[in-house]
Amino acid sequence: MNEADAALVTGAIKKYYLDHHDMVPTPDKISRREFGYQVGGGSMVRHLSYADERALRVMLVGTAPSDVYCSNACYRFPTFAMKEKSWLDASLIFDIDAKDLGLPCRVGHSILVCAECARVSPAAAGKCAACQSQKVTVRSLPCTKCAAASLKEVAKLREILVDDLGMDDSSIHVYFSGNEGFHVHVDPGSFDALGSRERAELADYIMFKGAIPEAYGVPRAPGAKLGLPGPDDPGWRGRLVRSLGAAPAKKAARAGHAEFQKTLGSAGIGARIDPQVTTDIHRIFRMPGSINGKSGLAKVPVPDGSKFDAYTESCLIDSAKVDITAECPHRFVLGGRRFGPYSAKDTSVELYAAVYMICKGFAAAR
Amino acid sequence: MKGFGTLEYAQYPFLEGVGRYVKDSGFGIEQFGHDSDLIPYVDRAMERIMAATRGQIYSSELDRGDIDHTLLDKETFSFVIAVIILKICGKHSLIKRFALAESRRAEKFLERNLGRDSGGGSTTAKVLAELFSVDVRYNPRGYAIPISDYIRHSAHFHEREWKLVNRMVTGGDVLLSAHQAVRLLRHELGNYIQNHITRVSAPPMMPNFAGHIAKLNEIAKELEPEYVVVSGEHPPCIKHALEVLKRGENLPHSGRFMLATFLFGRGWTVEKIAPLFKDAPDYNERTTMYQLKSISGGDGKTRYNCPLCDKLRTQNLCHETAECNGIVSPLQFGTRRK
Repeated sequence: MNEADAALVTGAIKKYYLDHHDMVPTPDKISRREFGYQVGGGSMVRHLSYADERALRVMLVGTAPSDVYCSNACYRFPTFAMKEKSWLDASLIFDIDAKDLGLPCRVGHSILVCAECARVSPAAAGKCAACQSQKVTVRSLPCTKCAAASLKEVAKLREILVDDLGMDDSSIHVYFSGNEGFHVHVDPGSFDALGSRERAELADYIMFKGAIPEAYGVPRAPGAKLGLPGPDDPGWRGRLVRSLGAAPAKKAARAGHAEFQKTLGSAGIGARIDPQVTTDIHRIFRMPGSINGKSGLAKVPVPDGSKFDAYTESCLIDSAKVDITAECPHRFVLGGRRFGPYSAKDTSVELYAAVYMICKGFAAAR
Repeated sequence: MKGFGTLEYAQYPFLEGVGRYVKDSGFGIEQFGHDSDLIPYVDRAMERIMAATRGQIYSSELDRGDIDHTLLDKETFSFVIAVIILKICGKHSLIKRFALAESRRAEKFLERNLGRDSGGGSTTAKVLAELFSVDVRYNPRGYAIPISDYIRHSAHFHEREWKLVNRMVTGGDVLLSAHQAVRLLRHELGNYIQNHITRVSAPPMMPNFAGHIAKLNEIAKELEPEYVVVSGEHPPCIKHALEVLKRGENLPHSGRFMLATFLFGRGWTVEKIAPLFKDAPDYNERTTMYQLKSISGGDGKTRYNCPLCDKLRTQNLCHETAECNGIVSPLQFGTRRK
């Protein structure tokens, strides 16, 4: 990002935090938490601490960070080096990212940005169409299919958290990350003291990973009596039978241990969370209400039960027109308006769209 | 003390109140170490230790339901003496085996008692709560243990049956049989006993123990395992990571961490490892060198170890083959006991 781009983005973010400071809720036990931020997508400044809401707000408006993060963990000494922080606990968090779902729509809305010449090419090209370099980064445009598929995973996760892990539905808070994913925050509870390894077990459970036939009533010994669970059984036992159907489940079980293991592996019934996020107990995590520096969109709460248009609800930066030079081979919808395609074209667009394209590497300020 | 009596002390001689009980019974370590009339207690203590060194579980009249008061004391005192002997001997391998064998012995009592008295509010549930802060409740479908308590213990098991996904889970609890509930705590029980021994301060050598300790020192020498690398080949997870890099594809951060820590574990240097990353799409020589140096523990920083296979499975980095042969760390691939 050049100086002009950085000035435009930082100015827009500063105005956002001035106008929407109430969008960023103050974390509880704020003085126990580690904060971090990046300015203009640059290097991370972390091991910071804020005494209260006011101090946090002064930082947001004064620094206008492109990304701001807060630990889900509490520490005795949040500003110390990691080994000396004295970890106290960490609430559970989950990340569901559309790019990990392997959706067929992705090629159609993914774009390659060349690390060497900064030109933009369609993902199907596989390399930079301008200079043939292989050093490209994949950037994605808004996609309602991706958002819908991610929300389906969120619903699966919520069901597991409530029915199996015994959480109160009201303790689960879902946010659109402001780019391609959804974050699920859980209020403090009985899992907060667990370490990374234990959380990996929880993550595997949620993803339905590591299931063995014996646990689902299919013994290893050939000809041994089957004990398949019923559809009303709790947890994964019932969920598996409901998903496969009673008759197909029985058929798969009769095919033997090895075949049933394959059935378990391909059942695809787990919620597709990013296990790295859930197992990292020292992570600083994007703050609710803050701007996502990869897109200029805000991390916003997803309300229960109502329709949610991620790329409209999160579009909270100003809509004054600005001039940019844009290069984007696909059309996209943001804030309810259509943009693109652009081929290295001078154009005038709303500030939020300009920030979006600059953050993605598809445009430059003029 | 929580309503525990001589029977509980004999069955679970590592409970906190045992030391006080021995003292109140009029005995002390000095007496066990010097008084020739007490040699039968010392001999029984050695029986316990020797069974553990053979990988067996010490068995006595108590197992068969004999609860004569003198016998109960013999059981309790012999454990206390065994701990002192091991402490003077100071051989970690023996302490570890003893802790494991004694935990298995206690496990049998726990399972038997838990099955009899239906969990919550019982003496056995109190023992479990005192030792492990685990809340075990009886439920018509099994013994209910809060998920957070369950995974605190099960996460250290390598057998897949212990994974939470392979358990009956509902409403925040894991439902287990009495056998499973007790088996869950075996490792912790072993640790508890091991920590118990660690906390005990070693008295000086005493005549009743000297011959036994000399014998144990000999046994300990034979028990120390030694691993040798018999194949220079990399495990499949590492081969896969190297192939990804060679193809110029993106290897996730966790994969790069695994590769670097593995190679450091095999004795490679930063300079030898760094070129492996040069085909990565986001390769930056300075960043790579900085990160490798950090991981290697250079400049007085923490040296990171290669993640265990369990963690790599969760991270989708495991590409297990038959050749892995049940290893728990990639660094064990191609090694065998001497």
